[in-house]
Amino acid sequence: MKFLFDRDTWQELYDSLSKNKLRSILTMVGVWWGILLLIGLLGSARGIENSFNRLFGDFATNSVFIWGQSTGKPFKGFQEGRRVRLTLTDVKKIEENVEGIEFVVPRNQNRSLVVRKLLSGTFNVSGDYPLLDKVEKKKLIHGRFINQNDINENKKTVVISEDIYKQLFEKDEDAIEEYIRINNINFQVIGIFEVNPFGGPSTDIHIPFTTFQQIYNQGEKIGWMMITGKPEFDIKQIELDTKLLLKNMHRIHPKDKRAFGSFNLGKEFAKMTGFLTGMQFLTWFVGIATLIAGVFAIGNILLITVKERTKEIGVRRALGATPFEIKRQIVIEAVFLTLLAGFLGIISGGWILIAMDKFLGQGDDAIFVNASVSISIVLIAIVILVILGTLIGLIPANKATSVKPIEALREE
Amino acid sequence: MLKINNLHKSYAIGDSSLHVLKGINLDIEDGEMVAIMGSSGSGKSTLLNIIGMLDEADSGDYILDGLPIKNLTEKKAAVYRNKFLGFIFQSFNLINYKNALENVALPLYYQGFKRKERQEKAMFYLEKVGLTDWAHHLPKELSGGQNQRVAIARALAANPKLLLADEPTGALDTTISYEIMEFLQQLNDEGKTLLIVTHEEDIANMCKRIVRLRDGVIMEDTFV
Repeated sequence: MKFLFDRDTWQELYDSLSKNKLRSILTMVGVWWGILLLIGLLGSARGIENSFNRLFGDFATNSVFIWGQSTGKPFKGFQEGRRVRLTLTDVKKIEENVEGIEFVVPRNQNRSLVVRKLLSGTFNVSGDYPLLDKVEKKKLIHGRFINQNDINENKKTVVISEDIYKQLFEKDEDAIEEYIRINNINFQVIGIFEVNPFGGPSTDIHIPFTTFQQIYNQGEKIGWMMITGKPEFDIKQIELDTKLLLKNMHRIHPKDKRAFGSFNLGKEFAKMTGFLTGMQFLTWFVGIATLIAGVFAIGNILLITVKERTKEIGVRRALGATPFEIKRQIVIEAVFLTLLAGFLGIISGGWILIAMDKFLGQGDDAIFVNASVSISIVLIAIVILVILGTLIGLIPANKATSVKPIEALREE
Repeated sequence: MLKINNLHKSYAIGDSSLHVLKGINLDIEDGEMVAIMGSSGSGKSTLLNIIGMLDEADSGDYILDGLPIKNLTEKKAAVYRNKFLGFIFQSFNLINYKNALENVALPLYYQGFKRKERQEKAMFYLEKVGLTDWAHHLPKELSGGQNQRVAIARALAANPKLLLADEPTGALDTTISYEIMEFLQQLNDEGKTLLIVTHEEDIANMCKRIVRLRDGVIMEDTFV
């Protein structure tokens, strides 16, 4: 390894590369392009993944929504077409009996006329527990979300979305502690949240669950529920278990597919992440294939180079260069070119990612969020480059020394 | 210095083989200046290549400075070449992207000299061939005579026991040829052993001894 620290080794390298600039540059283009592509593609794949994650991020992705519909099969004396309504008892039973449940959030929803001063509109109003904030994180701009105190005391407090605020309030008006009328009852605004463009079924107005029960006379009934599974449990299984339990309690045929409607967010999310995984695989495939092609290009050009330099190599050997010294020089050239091209590729790939972040990665609806490549991937790429560079350098190196010096010199 | 006994060499050409050297016997003492003459195809270049360890004989002995040269590995051959021999070629064979000084220093690099020492030694030999002012010029910036002198300096740099010149004046005009030969004579006067392959009578006559080859055998061996 001593030769690596020998100035002469590098002087020789510098001489032979710098005096053949065009050849050296052409040689490097392949690997440079390969690395650039790998970094660029991996970075954008990561960027898209991040942007998906950001969209989903406020939402417990391991979750399923379930609501009652009407039965599709007659069972135990009941005719088909019976209306099924979920109740708070169901919620409790599910929490107690289904394996892997993290939260069960009951919700009620209604469309109501909302009035403030002279402005009014009809919006979705839902009765919610503070727990909702855990499964569907609300980005509050002002104030707070519903708390347990609101629930316990059936308070007439309301959390509204930014859109509602814009429709019911003047620009720059302070809405907190102001009153709005829902169904002719005054509610005090305690919070304003930002609408998530991808946040599942949209609700504009949240009031305490218990208040909702009282105003709309709901009793035990609930509109629908949101079930979140613990991360290690399969949400599809939880959905099946829950539905079976519900059918049992509501005396519905076990094979009735119509009685309960559901939307499994986990399943949809899995599809999305599957797509992302596929994209990443493709990226690696394309990147590495390009890289290999690039390294082969280096080998190829070095091979031509060696042919061009047959005479020079012959002269060097006549002057006393051992075959090993010749080989070493050519392999060093190959590795050096590969590495240099690789570094340039990494740097320019980085620039592309920076540009991508600057032009496509800003704002809320950005396509790429934090498009980036981890250092470990870069290091792995460098190691692969060194190995491939050495291997590919050996081909022309062996070619160079397989020609006898006499034959090399004879070539005029 | 050099002892050759019953040396044979043939090349395979297709199915038949061409017998190039048919039993060469040659003794060269220290400080001699020998011209090997012969028309093309007489085997003179083959003989030179074998002496230069660039090629190997089929049979016969070749002893250089007491060392039998036989069945050499490429590595060993390289080391011997570097230690014992200096080559001067017809077409100079300088490395075109290295300047005169670097070209001269190259054999020293393979001998493992430190950079500084190499530069000094190379400069010394360039001075000897009168090209100090041209040290940092590339071969293409020099005339043919100058290039051949750089090549001679390079051959001298490793301080070899034997200088081998293959048609050293073949690419030069008469005046320059004589200049080069005078310089080689001067080297011989300083004690260097030289072996020069040529087909020019006047060049051969500038040497101390002429060995004439024809059809792979020595026809005549005369001292001038």
